[in-house]
Amino acid sequence: MTAFRDLKAAMMVFLVFAVLTGLVYPLAMTGIGQALFPHQANGSLVRRHGTVVGSSLIGQYFRGRGVFWSRPSATSPVPYDAAASSASNMGPNNPALWRHVARRVQALRKANPHAHGQVPVDLVTSSASGLDPDISIAAADYQLARVAHNTGIPKARLKALVARYTSRPTFAFMGPPVVNVLRLNLAVEALRAHHRAHP
Amino acid sequence: MIPALESTLAVLVVTILLAIPLGRYMARVYAGEECFATRWLGPFERAVYRLCGVQVEDQMDWKRYSVAFIVFSVVGTVFLYVLLLVQKGLPLNPEHFPSLSAALSFNTATSFVTNTNWQAYAGESTMSYLSQMLGLVVQMFLSPAEGIVIVVVMIRGLVGVRTKALGNFWVDMTRTVLYILLPLSIVFALVLMAQGVPQTLGPYVQAHLIAPFLHAKKEIVHQTIALGPVASQEAIKQLGNNGGGFFNMNSAHPFENPTAFTDFLGMVTMLLIPVALVTMFGDMVKDHRQTVLILGVMVVLFLPFALASEHFDLMGNPVFHHLSVTQARTAANAGGGNMVGVEDRFGAGNSALWGSLATSTSTGAANSAYDSFMPASGLVNLFFMQLGETVFGGAGTGLATALAFVIFAVFLGGLMIGRTQEYLGKKIESFEIKMASLSILVMPLLVLIGTAVAVAYASGRVGAFNPGPHGFSEILYGFTSASNNNGSAFGGLSADTGFYNTALGLCFLIGRYWSYLPLLAMAGSLAGKQRVPASPGTLAAHGPLFGGLVIGVILLVGALNFFPALGLGPIVEQLTHASIALAK
Repeated sequence: MTAFRDLKAAMMVFLVFAVLTGLVYPLAMTGIGQALFPHQANGSLVRRHGTVVGSSLIGQYFRGRGVFWSRPSATSPVPYDAAASSASNMGPNNPALWRHVARRVQALRKANPHAHGQVPVDLVTSSASGLDPDISIAAADYQLARVAHNTGIPKARLKALVARYTSRPTFAFMGPPVVNVLRLNLAVEALRAHHRAHP
Repeated sequence: MIPALESTLAVLVVTILLAIPLGRYMARVYAGEECFATRWLGPFERAVYRLCGVQVEDQMDWKRYSVAFIVFSVVGTVFLYVLLLVQKGLPLNPEHFPSLSAALSFNTATSFVTNTNWQAYAGESTMSYLSQMLGLVVQMFLSPAEGIVIVVVMIRGLVGVRTKALGNFWVDMTRTVLYILLPLSIVFALVLMAQGVPQTLGPYVQAHLIAPFLHAKKEIVHQTIALGPVASQEAIKQLGNNGGGFFNMNSAHPFENPTAFTDFLGMVTMLLIPVALVTMFGDMVKDHRQTVLILGVMVVLFLPFALASEHFDLMGNPVFHHLSVTQARTAANAGGGNMVGVEDRFGAGNSALWGSLATSTSTGAANSAYDSFMPASGLVNLFFMQLGETVFGGAGTGLATALAFVIFAVFLGGLMIGRTQEYLGKKIESFEIKMASLSILVMPLLVLIGTAVAVAYASGRVGAFNPGPHGFSEILYGFTSASNNNGSAFGGLSADTGFYNTALGLCFLIGRYWSYLPLLAMAGSLAGKQRVPASPGTLAAHGPLFGGLVIGVILLVGALNFFPALGLGPIVEQLTHASIALAK
């Protein structure tokens, strides 16, 4: 008799909690999120002249001469595929990893002939998500001379822009300061257009 | 300067401060006492009982409790399995994903019902919103609740005197979800949304790139951005020690973990319930020396290994020094160190710390690619799991295993003194030790036999992605994670094959039920015993000396069972790494 009662309870308790935690809870949170935080709840999208050009939280593949480059990405089929996050999963002793890093160092050196010193590690390694929206301050500095040269924007202005799009964590121990590449490049682009219109 | 020491201590301190009131509250919930939550949710709780034909006073013995636990798991598994098999024809599938294969459905269903959350699939390209919500999120509530009620029953076994009554499974489950997991998840989900975690049912968004680029001779002008009801899943994923990410890259994905602040909260929430259960234990047995003992053992085992993991990852890859790459540990360099598979906003130190917490708490979430950790850091991840998920451990299951180890230590102490010993006034006799051994020893067997079989057969070996000993580490990590119901992975392993889906699926099931059913039996036996008053010959089951004995037992089981296997993988790898660096 108790066996039958417990079998019924198993079905019913599961049903009640499936509806409560699997439908009511996520749907209610969706409603609350859409009402209280519509920007964040829909992906922190960035618009330019009304069109969506990306999300401020999701990185993009930047390799032009007049933009700050983002970190390498291991997503496939294309880098920074935001519908297929992925890491390279290469172990630290994998010779393929060493070759990739060496090749990226070479490409960065060639593209940034005015940069001095060693290449910052985040610029030659792919992130965990393949969608890292940020680069380090050192990585931005490394590219400053090239972007200035190719856009005609003075280095000091660019440095100020980098500082403006650098976010520092609430408490220092919670993580390093980082530069948001999409927002930085949008600002570079806007400034460049402004320079072109008013030389 | 010791690496990431501030983060490590901050996480521990904040968690313990939050866990003390939470533990006290949980003790009241399981005692069925009135409190502010019962005033609000009491009518709903009683409605659930009416609807389901549950009577609060209907006490179960350990056998009936175990059967209820198993039947409930079977119902959940079948439901999830079928849901994934027919996903294609169901609503809330804006990206029109096909149904999952039978092997992958089996693997995923057993994975989530056993609180493992091993994911042989990539969420954003496999799962419909309905499967994520009604399939996975439901089990993310129910499977940690099952773990928690197991340890509640163990505690009742220690407290009860000459009784068979251990509580009612349905009542305990209802209270766990309604009064503990759901309110915490709602609060955490709100914070996550404010920080940028999406929560929508809308389709994926097409962004128009401001700087189109050429890839494989094709101009790429769009970026498809995957979205979904993420925050609601993320909250319970961390709080319930689940770890099943909405997206493939889990907590490394900016939509699951957008800021350093959410990263910090993610670590605190992984740790919160395991620690709260330890303080609840002290409250329920009315002996706070037990809380100090167990928490002390956990922290002492956690800190040195976690800090070592952070240290090795922050040292960086020695080969990179020869490639004119700077891994300097400065703020401007995003913290520096080994940045392969690490997100800039977290840095290498916080990633290693997260790895230690995710493997020690049985959460298995990942804010970085563990496969790319320095070998010694990956070793720490493996080691924390191989300690049997005792150091903090999963929701409920962690404290349950810790209590098994404590009882084992009491037994050893008794052998040294030459007298049958008591723990909290309950005699620890051969039945208890048999059950504790059964529970503790099945995991090493599963891990070592599973790895040996996988390495012996081609269908197992092809799964390894990296060459050399690291490939072996990937396979060892897979079986360690599965058998401990952790769910994290060295992501290079190609796990969505018939072999791995089946073999690891069996490890989830055996690792869960074989480990915890003996503990329920032990609870039944303990509850039936008389309480023995303490005498001068009683072993003092608290204090640093006894704590040292417990640590010794945990380390012996962990280290001795796995040392040879670890030697073939991460240890040899770290050593060759050093020699490569020297040779260059």
